[in-house]
Amino acid sequence: MSAPGALRPTGNHQPGTDRRPRRRSLATWVQRGGLSSVLFALPVLIIFGVFSWWPIVRSIVMSFQKTNLIGTPTWVGWKNFEFVLTDPDLPKAILNTLYFALLALVFGYPLPLVTAVLISSVRRRKGLYSVLAYLPVVVPPVVAVLLWKFFYDGAPDGVFNTILGYVGLGPYAWLSDQSLAMPSLVLEATWAAAGGTVIIYLAALLSVPDELYDAAEVDGAGIWRRVWHVSMPQLRGVLLITFILQIIGTVQVFLEPYLFTGGGPAGATLTVLLMIYDYAFGRSLGGNYGAATALSVLLATFLAILSLVYFKLTSGWSKS
Amino acid sequence: MTGQHQAREGKSTMTVTNPTGRRDAGLAAASAWGQTPGGAGPAGSPKAVRLRKRRKSNFEGGRGYVSEKDWRTPRVRFTMRTLHTVLLALLLVVGVGPMLLLAKFAITPTQDIIRTPLAIFPHGVALSNISIAWNEVQIRLYFMNTIWLAIGSWFVQMVVATTGGYVLSVLRPAWGKIVNGLVIATLFVPSVVLLVPLYLTVLNPPVIGTSLINNFLAVWLPAGASAFNVVLMTRFFDGLPREVFEAAKVDGASSFRLFWSVVLPMSKPILGVVSVFALITSWKDFLWPMLVLKDPTKQPLSVRLPAIASQTDLGVFLAALAISTLIPVIFFIAFQRLFLSGAGLGGAVKG
Repeated sequence: MSAPGALRPTGNHQPGTDRRPRRRSLATWVQRGGLSSVLFALPVLIIFGVFSWWPIVRSIVMSFQKTNLIGTPTWVGWKNFEFVLTDPDLPKAILNTLYFALLALVFGYPLPLVTAVLISSVRRRKGLYSVLAYLPVVVPPVVAVLLWKFFYDGAPDGVFNTILGYVGLGPYAWLSDQSLAMPSLVLEATWAAAGGTVIIYLAALLSVPDELYDAAEVDGAGIWRRVWHVSMPQLRGVLLITFILQIIGTVQVFLEPYLFTGGGPAGATLTVLLMIYDYAFGRSLGGNYGAATALSVLLATFLAILSLVYFKLTSGWSKS
Repeated sequence: MTGQHQAREGKSTMTVTNPTGRRDAGLAAASAWGQTPGGAGPAGSPKAVRLRKRRKSNFEGGRGYVSEKDWRTPRVRFTMRTLHTVLLALLLVVGVGPMLLLAKFAITPTQDIIRTPLAIFPHGVALSNISIAWNEVQIRLYFMNTIWLAIGSWFVQMVVATTGGYVLSVLRPAWGKIVNGLVIATLFVPSVVLLVPLYLTVLNPPVIGTSLINNFLAVWLPAGASAFNVVLMTRFFDGLPREVFEAAKVDGASSFRLFWSVVLPMSKPILGVVSVFALITSWKDFLWPMLVLKDPTKQPLSVRLPAIASQTDLGVFLAALAISTLIPVIFFIAFQRLFLSGAGLGGAVKG
């Protein structure tokens, strides 16, 4: 191990350049560290193999099979996809999911940006502002949902209704109101997630070189124009990424509809992930693993195409 | 295809943002633990001093888009101060408000919570909520389950991420590139795709032969398959000075010794970041533990809380919620630099 190591030029990464070991014996292979590489790679190979790579392959296979837990799976071709695509609940679930994603963008996309821009101009105690903004992110999501569910109590003395009552509004039914249910979920989801995005933007804002601002100031740009013409272009790459990541994330929303409303009232918050869950593990349906994997493969394909198109469209915009 | 594209996208920004982000994280971790980074490395101390300066200017200083000259203008100063005060007030109300309310509810009699949720203790406090939740509702048990799940998941994640990063970054066998590609590829597969096949794998795992349902291993082991951790580790190891490794090899250190006595001690910062996120992610996890831990006595808080919601007295239930929030919040306050630099780092890797 030590002798060959010493002979190698420093800083040169061996595997690509070292062509000789083609004919080496097992002993030299071990001596050169081949065995220890394999040993060190075992945790990654086993854990990823069993719990990531194999399930990914299996999900594609399973989407063409009828699987129950007892017998061997049988090949059914496109049947699962047909079943899923003709499910009368699907159009509503898709629309609801898109509605959630859209509302989440409206509520949650500009807000962290404005917050981060303001925090970045705080001169002392930036840390305090960041901690306060990030605090909701560390609250366990289940606790957050259950707490907000209590806040959303539809009775006149529910927490939110009491507060809105001070200014003469309400009472609202919140989660049991078909048109208010989804915005209520999005409001909580935004509260729970915005802090993380604030910190990402803040990190990007704080790494903008001071010289750019100095130059803009010399050129006579006011504060507002410095934000618009210096900070924003510097953030463009990050903004583009968080946009698509947020969509990918919100399209897969599960926790909020599952715990707040269970898809109700009258299917107003039924999302695609809730359908997948119901196919596989739901009380009344359940056990339809083929349909569940077929729908999740469809969803993943949709997201892959979406991000591909997105990056094709925006590749000209981000010049970072 | 998408994967490739995103990876390239990520890479290009990575080169810009990563060095500062990583250093930041490094220093934050080190200062949180009262240690200097790279203490084992020969260039340890001078580097630490230089980094500390940079950290300070990065987190607190920097002129930003408002210059010193602007700050001396009364109108600008007034506007900015007002905006900052309003922002602080909003952050307090929105960020801390719900937590304070929850803390208040935890010690308020149920009748008062229902009738006058915002009044401050009209009929005294009910500390009994907390003891009832802890003992009679068995929050104690679920709390310990949560801690066990978090520690086990943390351990598996650390083993996989550190050894994986070591192989991919330091040992670099010829087949490492393939493994690296396969690991990164999983970043682009939405987790929902894994749900059902992973469940069936746990139900009937290879080699072991018995179902892992109701076994903590069913939560611990899949947690290790986090590509994000492996990528963070690999990138951090990539940034370590290669001369130190060569020197260790010349001195006759085996791969294992190089890993244990050189690479790991130099990587405390990133170990801190990954640890914090591993623990907090496990504490937050809901769907997966709900699927594989059917036995209520094995379930963590996140799974148990929704289940007990309807049959528990409201005051007691809210006390249970408060108990489950306490640890992550304390953890966050204690390691805030680690959290915040880690969150920024997450952006850097994603971006």
